[in-house]
Formats: sequence, C-alpha cells, structure tokens
Amino acid sequence: MDVAVRYETDLNIKATELRLGLPGTYSSEAQMVPATKCKKRVLADIVDERRSKSNSMEDDDEEAKPATKAQIVGWPPIRSYRKNSFQARKMDVEGAGIFVKVSMDGAPYLRKIDLKAYKGYGELLKALGDMFKCFTIGELSEKGYSGSDMFISSCRRMRVMKGSEARGLGSGL
Amino acid sequence: MMYFPEEVLEHVFDFLSSHRDRNAASLVCKSWFKVERWSRHKVFIGNCYAITPERLIKRFPKVRSLSLKGKPHFADFNLVPHEWGGFVLPWIEAMAKSYPGLEELRLKRMVVSDESLELLSRAFPNFKALVLVSCEGFTTDGLASIAANCRFLRELDLQENDVDDHRGHWLCRFPDSCTSLVSLNFACLKGEVNLGALERLVARCPNLRSLRLNRSVPAEILCKILVKAPQLMDLGAGSCILVPRSDSFTKLTSAFLNCASVKSLSGFWEVTPRCLPAVYPICSKLTSLNLSYAPAIQGNDLIKLIRHCQKLQRLWVLDCIGDKGLAVVASTCKELQELRVFPSDPYVGGNAGVTEEGLVSVSIGCPKLHSLLYFCQQMTNAALTTVAKNCPRFTRFRLCILDPKRPDHMTSQPLDEGFGAIVQSCKDLRRLSLSGLLTDQVFLYIGMYAERLEMLSIAFAGDSDKGMLYVLNGCKNLRKLEIRDCPFGDDALLTDVGKYETMRSLWMSSCDVTIRGCKVLAEKMPRLNVEIINDKDLIEETPDDNQKVEKMYVYRTLDGPRKDAPEFVWTM
Repeated sequence: MDVAVRYETDLNIKATELRLGLPGTYSSEAQMVPATKCKKRVLADIVDERRSKSNSMEDDDEEAKPATKAQIVGWPPIRSYRKNSFQARKMDVEGAGIFVKVSMDGAPYLRKIDLKAYKGYGELLKALGDMFKCFTIGELSEKGYSGSDMFISSCRRMRVMKGSEARGLGSGL
Repeated sequence: MMYFPEEVLEHVFDFLSSHRDRNAASLVCKSWFKVERWSRHKVFIGNCYAITPERLIKRFPKVRSLSLKGKPHFADFNLVPHEWGGFVLPWIEAMAKSYPGLEELRLKRMVVSDESLELLSRAFPNFKALVLVSCEGFTTDGLASIAANCRFLRELDLQENDVDDHRGHWLCRFPDSCTSLVSLNFACLKGEVNLGALERLVARCPNLRSLRLNRSVPAEILCKILVKAPQLMDLGAGSCILVPRSDSFTKLTSAFLNCASVKSLSGFWEVTPRCLPAVYPICSKLTSLNLSYAPAIQGNDLIKLIRHCQKLQRLWVLDCIGDKGLAVVASTCKELQELRVFPSDPYVGGNAGVTEEGLVSVSIGCPKLHSLLYFCQQMTNAALTTVAKNCPRFTRFRLCILDPKRPDHMTSQPLDEGFGAIVQSCKDLRRLSLSGLLTDQVFLYIGMYAERLEMLSIAFAGDSDKGMLYVLNGCKNLRKLEIRDCPFGDDALLTDVGKYETMRSLWMSSCDVTIRGCKVLAEKMPRLNVEIINDKDLIEETPDDNQKVEKMYVYRTLDGPRKDAPEFVWTM
C-alpha cells in the first residue's frame, strides 16, 4: 500500500509518461479527479491482489468493514430512484468543474470560467461576452469543441485580447 | 326515518369527498348503499390485489377517477424483485370496456407498460389526468401516446419513476390544439427534450400552474419559459448553470421577479450556487421548497437562500444543511409543518450530516411541525424527549439513524425511552418509523400509547416475539406493518390471526417466521393472501417447513390468490 502512494506522487509518473496519442485521449484519469480518489483506486487494486494471495483474517476484516457497511440490502431506506440519481450525480460532481483563469487586456482583475459548463465554442464565447461586455467576437467554428477533450484538457488559461493585437495569430478571429 | 328521494341523497353525497366518509355512508342502509354506489366517481384502492377490476366495476359503475397502489412499500428499497407484480394493464383493459368516462388515473409503485399507456390514451376520450409515482416499465414512447392522443389532458405528473428514455420527441407529440395543460412534471426523465417544443407548449397553455423540468433544460430556456408563463405557481427548475453577473443571470433574475405566484420550488439538478440570488425575489412567498436533488447547494449558499424563505411550510433538503443550517431553519421558518432531511451520501459514516441537535433546534423554533423524515448520524433519548415535548402535534414521525442498531450516543442505552416519549406525547401520530438500538420495551410503549397509529416501519429492532405482540394487541388502528431483520417468529405471527383482516398488509423479511408458520396462517385465514417471495436464483423444489422465510407479504383480499404471481412467489 505504501508502495503505491510513493509511486504515484514521488516519481510523478503520469506527467513524464511518454505516450502516443493526442492530449485529452486519456481515460477518465485525465479528468479532474481528486487525488484521494486516485489513491483509493490504486489501493483497492493492491488490496484485491493481496487478499487473493494471503489468508490473513485481520486484513480481510479491515477491508471488509466499509464494504459490509455499505451492503445491507435496502438500507438506508431511500427510494432507489433517489439513490441512483445520487450515484449519477456523484460522478458528475467529482468530475465537474474545469476552471481556467480568464484575463482580459485592460481589465483590472482575472475571472474564472468553468469550461465544462459550455457545450461549444459558441456558448463559451457568449459567456465570455457576457462577462466582459465591451468587445465583439469574431466567428469561430463549433466543431471540435464538443466533449473536446483536447481543448478542455490542454487549456489552462485564456486571454482576451484587442482585435488589433490578435491579427496574425490565427484564422477566423 | 323520513324518506328522502334519491336525487336528494345523491346531492348530499356530493359533499362527501373523503372515500372513508363515503364508505361509512354506504353502510347505513340498502338505499344509501345503492345511491352511494351509483354516485361514486372517485375510488381509492390501497392494494391492487385486494380486489379484481371486475369487482370494482360491478360495485361502482360510474367511476371517473381511480387511484391504485401496487407493490409493498419496501419495494422502494429494492426488497421486492421487479417481476413481483403490480401490473396496471388488466385494470386499464377492464376499465376500457366499462368506464368510457374515465378522467383520472393515479398509480403508485405499479408496473406500467407502454402498451398500457397507449391503450389508456385511446380508450378514454375524456381523459384528463395521469399521475405516476414510483412506477416503472414504461418508456418515453408511452408518454408520446399520452401526449398525442389525450385531447383534453390537464395533468401529466411523473414523480420519481424509472423511465427508459428513448430520447424520442414525446414532447413534440402534443398537438398544436393542446392548450389545456395545467400541470406538467417530467423532472424524473433522464434524457433530453425538444426545447423548442417545450417553449411552444408552455406558451399555448394559459392555465399552466405547475411545471417541473428535468435536468436537460438549461437556465436560458427556464428564463424564456418564466417570461411566457408568469402565472406559474409550482416550478421545478432544470439545470441552472449560469455565469454570475452575466446577461443571462440578469434576465433570469428579472424573470423571477415577474413571477408573483410561485409558491413551490424544486429541482436545481445542477446549479451554479453563486447564481442563486436570481431566485431570491420569489423566496419570500414560497410555502414549499425541495432542494433534496440539489447537492450543489450547500453550506452558506443554502443558508442564505433559506433566510429569505420565511413562509415555508414544507422543506425537503439534504443533510449537508447540517445542524447549523437547521438552526437557521428554526429561526426563519416559523410556519414550517413538514421537514425532510435526506442523506447526501448514504454510505459514508462519520460524514458531517445532521445530528440530534438539528432536530431539537427545529422542534423549538417550529411549533407547527407535524411531519418529519429525518436521516441522521446519531440520536439521544434526551433529544427525542425534548422534541416530543416541543412538538406534540406530530402525525408522521420517521427517524432513520444511518447506522442500524446505534444506541443513544451519550448514554449507550437503547432508544426505547425516546421513542416512547414521542408516542406518548403525540396523540395524533398516524405514521412512525423506528431506528437505532431498540428492545421489546419500545413496542410496549407503542402498543400502550399509539392509539391512532396506522403505519409502522420497524428494522433491526426488538428482542423477542413479545415486541411484535405488543404492537398487534395495542394498536387498534394499525393498517400497515412492515418489519425487517427482527427476531419475530411464528408465535408472534400466529397469536392473533384475525388482526390481519383489519389491516391492509403485513410485510416481514429476514425475521424468524418459517414456512410452516405461513402455511398455518394461510389455512386459518382464507381471506388473506400469504405470499412467500423467494430469491429467484435459490428456489428449492420441496423446502423444509422449518425453513425460515426470507420475505413474506400478507394482505387481505376478496378475490383469493392472484393469477399473475411469478414462479418465485408462492401463495400459501
């Protein structure tokens, strides 16, 4: 168990890992999953391995306790509809909120925006427009944004610039 | 007795709205029985297997509104296999032949197929209201039939159903000529709806009073809807993701400002908590607030919102409100009558949640409180005794301590005295659910004091058969008794078999009742159905009579064993 923890943090394997593939093509681990959950998942894997290897009663009891607590059928007495919507929501909440800082030239403070709240570039631009009311936006294709892991996962910060400065930086803006 | 012409009697009976009053009137004499049965338009059947549709039709030929309940209550908690029963189709088929004037159907815990909904939508030209609570078996295709064919539909109310979402355009199936909707609730649907169709539907239904959206409806659409329907009284918001201080946020705030009639608010499946101030304009008029599906509203955001709601009578929240939040409820919501606190994470112990302190604060601050459902981490006898003293008017008291068999956390004693105080003080108590560590003593108190009790739910409690016997002997008005994981066996079951004919039903699971006990009960009481519900995978061909029964469901019936029982259900 200790081995797993050290592996995750000290060597920082994920950050230095070489892979083929576009950024954002990770499985769910690339999402903003809290660190504790990652650790627990690894923990569970290791424990399962150990449990199948060893016959230690003590270890089994340790890990079995939280499991049995959660497994009394029909307890606590909550409608399965409510329980199910809670489970679904839990996934949402823990994976929710990819916040990036947005700075606008000339504005005295930074704002934060949740990239996950918008379904496309159009919506994002509209939200930015609402936030910083005094600039006009050019057109941008919606393609490539939706569930666009590439944009969302690689976007760390946004900067809103004056049109004159932006010339030459990219097409369509 | 003076002779009253039947028309006069019928006119008088029109004033009897409660089915219990009508039942009583029908027993006075033959003439009253006859007039009553011909003038009865509304029937409530608490157990769909208590009688057959044919018997209903024979007794009451002119029914326009039917309410039916199917599966036992514990089916809500996955204790009843899906195929157990509770099918509505035979009812709809029978009524299609005999009740052409049917207008309303209200179902709870029943299996409703798309075929049933299609038949319903075609067989009753005057059909007006469909309410489905905790039902299953249908898809959005079934809803499409209702939308398309029920020309005078006023109410389509779907509460907490498990619906297979085919992502069809069921909302689009409401024809342009449909302008009669008063209530539309599709909050429980998981899929997307056609937003344009929704907006147009709302715009052409001027009598729309109640609208509950599902999570696929975004804030911008909500805003447009509120502008088109400022007369709404009951609103379930969908998602409310907005950028604070943005244009959309401002528009939504002013839309809410314009809604002078909203008294009931729910939903907020997803929400940007900092946008909640958009809702403040309507808070001071709210009498009902349900945030139990809005885990994103927590802590100070939740407290700030509640501070605006001084007129609340009903509040449903998650336990992330904490004792601190409940103290705010106590000081703000002086009109509170019903409180439900649900667990935000049912599996994690030691979670913040709420404790006995929150409950005590509410009992002090809200003297009108009479209905409670409270999931908490811990409880004490002292707290329960205080609550009993402060709120003697409880009619429904359901306490669920998340850890089964947990004792008083200060004294380590069972909670017998605390619950005893509740039943002694609350003379009008009709429904009670127990939890925590409890001995036979609590049942002695219940039998002694809970005279008006109609429904009792027991789990992981008691020491011996005496517990169950105290209840059966003492509670004269008991209608529904449901027990799980208690040491009650055949002796308790069989001591007073006549009692069960005075009740709607008895459920016992993981207790000490044996197959023999069930057989004896069934033999002695032919007007009861004694069902043993087996685990589908573990049925033995010829089980030993001494074997304990995992699940037993007993209910009174006029029509004998049901013909639609699946193989794993044995009627003794």
